Amino acid sequence: MRHLKPRKAVNALIMTLATLCAALGLFLLFIILFDVLRNGLKAIDWNLFLRDPAPPTMAGAGGLKSAFLGQGLLTLTAALIGVPIGVLGGTYLAEYGRHKKISRAISILSDIAVSIPSIVIGAFVYAILVNPFGSYNGWAGAVALAVIILPIIIRTTEDMINMVPWALREAAFAMGAPYHRVIWGIVYRSAAGGIFTGVLLAIARIAGETAPLLFTSFNSNFFRLNLSGPVPSLTVSIYQYAASPYENWVSMAWAAAFVVTCFVLFLNIVGRLAIKLRVKG
Amino acid sequence: MNRAKTTNLLFQLTTFGAAILIVILIVGMLLTLLHESWPAVRRFGFFDFLLGRRWNYADNLYGAFRPLAGTVISTALALAAAVPVALGTALFLTELCPHRLRGIIGAAIELLAAIPSIIYGMWGLFALAPFLENHFQPLAAAGPGRLPLIGSFFQSQYAGGVNLFTASMVLAIMILPFITSITREAFKQVPPILKESSYGVGATRWETIWQVVLPCTKSTVAGGVIIAMGRALGETMAVAYVIGNRHGALDSIFSPYSTITSVMANEFNEAAGLQMSSLFTLALMLLAANFLVLSLAKYLLRPRI
Repeated sequence: MRHLKPRKAVNALIMTLATLCAALGLFLLFIILFDVLRNGLKAIDWNLFLRDPAPPTMAGAGGLKSAFLGQGLLTLTAALIGVPIGVLGGTYLAEYGRHKKISRAISILSDIAVSIPSIVIGAFVYAILVNPFGSYNGWAGAVALAVIILPIIIRTTEDMINMVPWALREAAFAMGAPYHRVIWGIVYRSAAGGIFTGVLLAIARIAGETAPLLFTSFNSNFFRLNLSGPVPSLTVSIYQYAASPYENWVSMAWAAAFVVTCFVLFLNIVGRLAIKLRVKG
Repeated sequence: MNRAKTTNLLFQLTTFGAAILIVILIVGMLLTLLHESWPAVRRFGFFDFLLGRRWNYADNLYGAFRPLAGTVISTALALAAAVPVALGTALFLTELCPHRLRGIIGAAIELLAAIPSIIYGMWGLFALAPFLENHFQPLAAAGPGRLPLIGSFFQSQYAGGVNLFTASMVLAIMILPFITSITREAFKQVPPILKESSYGVGATRWETIWQVVLPCTKSTVAGGVIIAMGRALGETMAVAYVIGNRHGALDSIFSPYSTITSVMANEFNEAAGLQMSSLFTLALMLLAANFLVLSLAKYLLRPRI
C-alpha cells in the first residue's frame, strides 16, 4: 500500500475537479438563460405578438403574430394526431399484448425511435407528404411532429399503465366487467395523471422543434386556419431572422427565442413537479 | 354479453393497430429513404459515394466523405469535452454535494436538456463563437499550434468563430445533461455496503469511486455516453448555425466545415435531382448510424436481475 499523503492529495485534487465540473454545468445553464433573457427582454414588446412580419427595412413595424399562431396550430394538430394513437398503442403494449414477444419488440423499437434525428423524420415526411403534392403544407409539418412524439407517448403510456396495480383490475373483472370497460373505467382513470404529464413533456419537446418543419410546413408570413399550404413557424422564423444581416430582425429573433425558451422550460418544470408530487403522494 | 365481447375485440384491434403503426412508420421511413437515395447510389456507386470527397453543384458530383467526417469529428470532440465534465458533475452530485442541494442542482442541469436546439444554435452563434474566437483560438494557436506537422490544425484561417470546433463545443454543452443524469442514476444504484467495505479497508473516496463504483456501473455509464453520442450525431439546428457548411478539405479544427445535418438543413430546400438524392442518402446513413448506436445503448442499459 502506498503512503497515505499522496493518496489523500490525489483524492483532494479529483474532488476539487468534480466540484468545478458541477460549477461549470450550472454556469453554462445560467449564462445561456441569462443571454437569452438579456437579449430577449431588450427586444420584446407587444408588437411581437400583435403584428405580422414586415420587411427588415421597416424597423419596429413588424411582429411575429402569424408565426406564434402557426407554431401553435402545428403543435396542437401534431398532439391531436400523435397523442391518441400513442396512448392506444401504449395500451396494447401494457394490457392486451403484455406477455407477447411482439409487444416487447415494439417497446424496444419505440425506445430507439425516440432518438431518430428529427431532420431525418423531416426528410421522410417531405418524401411522402410534400413532394407528391408539390407544395410545402401544414399537414406535413404536423405529421412530422406527430411522428416525433408518437414513440414518446407510447412508452410513457406503457410505463404509466404498468404502474396500475393488478388488484384494481381484478376487482373490476370479478364484477363481470369486460376488458375494455376495465381499461377505460379503471386503468385510464388511475394512469391519467401520469399520461398527462408525459403528454406535457412531449409537447414541450416538439414546441421548439425546427429541423422537421424546414422541409415540411416551411414558413410563411401569413396565418390562415388552413393546413394545405405553408404555415408560418416561430422556430423557422427564428432560424431565418437570426441568420439575417438586419439588426432589427436579429433582435426580434432573440425576443422570439426568449418566448420559446420560457414556454418550453415552464412546461418542463410543471411536468417534473407533477411527477415529483405523484411519487411522493 | 355478446355486444360487450364485440366492443372489446374492436378496442383490442384498435390498440393493436396503433401499436403496430410505429413499426410500419419505421419500416416505411427506411424504404422511403432507400427509394429516394437510389438514383445517387446507382449513379456514384455506394462505396464511391461513401468515400467521395466532392460536393460539386457545377459538375453535379456528390460524395459523403466530408459531411460524414464532419459528423464523426464533431461528435468525437463533443464527447471528449463532455464526458469528463459529466462524470465529474455526477460524482459531485452523488458524493460531495450537501443533500439538500442535490435535487435542485441535478434538476437544474437536466433543464439544460430541455432547451430547444435552435436556442443553443443562436446562443452558439452570438455568444460562444465570438468568445472562443477571441479567447480560445489565440491560445490554441500559441500552444499546440506551434507543434510540427499537426500544428496547422490548430491555427485559425477564418474569422467569425463559425467553425468545426465551435460546433463541437455547442454539441458538448447539449449532451452534458444526458450523460450526467444517466451516470448519476447509476452511481446512486451502487449498494452502500460495497462502498462502505471499501472505506472500511482504508480506501479514500476517489479510490472507492475508481475501484468500486466505476467498475460496478461501467456498462450503464457507457450506455449513457452512447445515447449522448446518438443525440450529437443527429443534432441539426445548433450545428447548422455555427459550423459554416463549407465543402472544403478540413485544414484546421477552427475552419468552417460541414456535417450530414448541416448539409441537409442548408441545401435540402433548394436541391433537386441528383443533389436531392444524395441528401436522402446522407439521411439514410444518419438513420442507420443512429439505429446502430441506440441499439448498442439499449443493450448496455438493459435491465439486469
